[in-house]
Amino acid sequence: MELSYTDEQNRFREEVRTWISEAMPPEMKKHAEDGANFEQEEVVAWHKILYKKGWVAPNWPEEVGGPGWDVAQRSIFAEECVRANTPGLSPFGLSMVGPLIIQYGTPAQKERFLPKILACEEIWCQGYSEPNAGSDLASLQLRADKDGDHYILNGQKTWTTYAQYADWIFVLCRTSSEGKKQEGITFLLADINNTEGIEVKPFLTTGGTYAFSETWFKDARVPAENMVGPEGGGWTMAKALLGHERTGIGGIAESSRALTQVKQIAQRTQVGNSTLFDDPNFRTRIARKEMRLRSIELLQLRQLSAAQLGHAPGAESSVLKIVGTEMQQETMELAMDAMGHNAMGWLDSPEDALPSYQQAIASQFNYLRAATIYGGSNEVQKNIISKAMLRLPGA
Amino acid sequence: MNFDLTEEQQMIADQAAKFVANESPVERFRKLREDERGWDPDMWAKMAEQGWLAIAIPEEQGGFGGTFLDMSLILEQLGRGLVPEPIIASAVLAGGILSDLGTEAQRDAYLGPMIEGSTSLAFAYAEKQSRYNLNDCATKAEKSGDDYTLSGEKVWVLNGHAADQIIVVARTAGGQLDDSGLSLFIVDGDAEGLTRITVPGMDGQRTAVLRFDGVKVGSDRLIGREGEALATIERTIDRGAAASVAEGFGAAQELFERTVAYLKEREQFGVPIGSFQALQHKAADMYAEIELCKSANILAAIQADNDDDQVRKADISSAKLQMSDGGWFIQENAIQLFGGIGVTDEQDEGLFFKRLRVLNGLFGDADWHVARFQTLKGFDAVD
Repeated sequence: MELSYTDEQNRFREEVRTWISEAMPPEMKKHAEDGANFEQEEVVAWHKILYKKGWVAPNWPEEVGGPGWDVAQRSIFAEECVRANTPGLSPFGLSMVGPLIIQYGTPAQKERFLPKILACEEIWCQGYSEPNAGSDLASLQLRADKDGDHYILNGQKTWTTYAQYADWIFVLCRTSSEGKKQEGITFLLADINNTEGIEVKPFLTTGGTYAFSETWFKDARVPAENMVGPEGGGWTMAKALLGHERTGIGGIAESSRALTQVKQIAQRTQVGNSTLFDDPNFRTRIARKEMRLRSIELLQLRQLSAAQLGHAPGAESSVLKIVGTEMQQETMELAMDAMGHNAMGWLDSPEDALPSYQQAIASQFNYLRAATIYGGSNEVQKNIISKAMLRLPGA
Repeated sequence: MNFDLTEEQQMIADQAAKFVANESPVERFRKLREDERGWDPDMWAKMAEQGWLAIAIPEEQGGFGGTFLDMSLILEQLGRGLVPEPIIASAVLAGGILSDLGTEAQRDAYLGPMIEGSTSLAFAYAEKQSRYNLNDCATKAEKSGDDYTLSGEKVWVLNGHAADQIIVVARTAGGQLDDSGLSLFIVDGDAEGLTRITVPGMDGQRTAVLRFDGVKVGSDRLIGREGEALATIERTIDRGAAASVAEGFGAAQELFERTVAYLKEREQFGVPIGSFQALQHKAADMYAEIELCKSANILAAIQADNDDDQVRKADISSAKLQMSDGGWFIQENAIQLFGGIGVTDEQDEGLFFKRLRVLNGLFGDADWHVARFQTLKGFDAVD
């Protein structure tokens, strides 16, 4: 067992740090320093910069375009991205459908989809939840009727995050109502731009941004060759993909970045003759979060390390999802408290009232209430732990 | 970076698990609660035969040249059986000091017999007023000629009631709260002028109050350099903290597993109580804390011997906080899920509850470690 970095790994860290600093355009750097919400154009621009460097998909195998890094390198890279507050890339292609296609896709699917995910030529979104299928995902009703070599889709998906920017959507749909409800589900890939009958309408979130959408399907024809796994095998695909998703959506690196931001605010906030950072109560609140985060970070490293050995992510990733997203919310709550009366402000509050580096916090504080809900709510994760890890009766 | 145990480490853990299951199940500790010493010298000798008391001692000093991680793997298993032999007091604390600073003569005289299991040791640092502060020391060692005369009182000394020798922190210079002027002396348990009062504890183990009333020792009993012991004391306490995390993690795992088994077996309303979602989610929350405690235990075990004291203190304190908060969550909910029988003495769960709470307060409680964390260099950095 070994925790420290070798000289070679420390040199790698230097290389990454220097490269990021040189590769980020000045405008993006300014946004990063302010901890602002990035525009979609900036996210895409950063994706393409990383792609040119060959670093856009750290978790992919080398033969399909990954950089061939080990766990330590991947975690160093992730840490350095957070340190520089680079734009967070959309996970739907790189971390979700990409790994699934690598694992279960046909050679033709791999060739067709993977290069365009890497190059950001096609942006992906996820069609899982429906108005009546949230936590009870398996009761989904989006119909897919076979018609020759096509499926015809009718129904509605919701919480299709960033569907308004997406070119493709991966959907879970119902190809059969026979037997157990999990058995009639199929995993399809649909071309949003070139399929008639798919309509996307974004929601305004409480964070003041358009993150989620509703997506309607009306007689939308999807080629059967865009099915991943067998017909009726969609639930297995969904579970495999959720495992990939859960390790990423703990938001561990984001929490670490948020705590740094809390310290910056506290150090710049005058209270009487000293600063908020000198206030013993507030320092203690920060310290407790930072210390707990250390154990959470190590939990993530353990899981990354296990993944490198080829173990598919299992129910352990549910733990990371729960403790990670709770921490993400708590760090934003702490940031709001650090702002004091500035926490009354909003995205469009003028700088006269709200310094630019505090502008996005209230938005993120609001939006991140979704963290304990998305990706399988934390309560669903506890059901998974009860069943898969603890084998409790009836779970 | 790698979190897998080596084959050798896995063997150490497996052997320790087997030893606890065969030689020291919880019933043995239950009986020893009534014993005056509270532990069994024959079992101590058996533990020495396993090589455990010397596992982290360098080979050139007669040990096995392992790391703290090896010791941690053993302590974790001992925690599962509530094994009361004084391995932390004797091997981790006092043994560690002798190994770090002892002269060859001191190691021959005190470390050798301990790792063979024929003697046991203790480390006396806390005083009534000191709480967890390591610099707060009113016990004095006054020099006259080549001898030192010790006077003062130490409290809550692990194995202080039974140890053959005790390493004592005493002040050779400076005021009660000064960082400098602290020295370490090794004193015989039956030294003239030393009074030992056995103190039964909540967890059924024993500690001691030690009164030094003009105890005379020669300069050959001074360990390390006079007046410069604080860094060693801090390092020793960090080892103790890492050891308490390891033992606590073992105890918490055992308690959690017993709780999950009970949820499957106990029936109410005609069904196992583990089929109720309110209880399932409580158990899932406990599982999450177990996983975090496991991470904390790895962190503590790897960092316990780090020479960079800033890095070491940050991670040891973080681990201690997690074991303290997470351990408490597990122990309080375990008793709740067991219901009424969880508060009966005949049931083992209460024994784990007590031991976990005692471990929480050893070598700095959560608040002390959180406060210490804020004094470290890294805490103020924001880049």
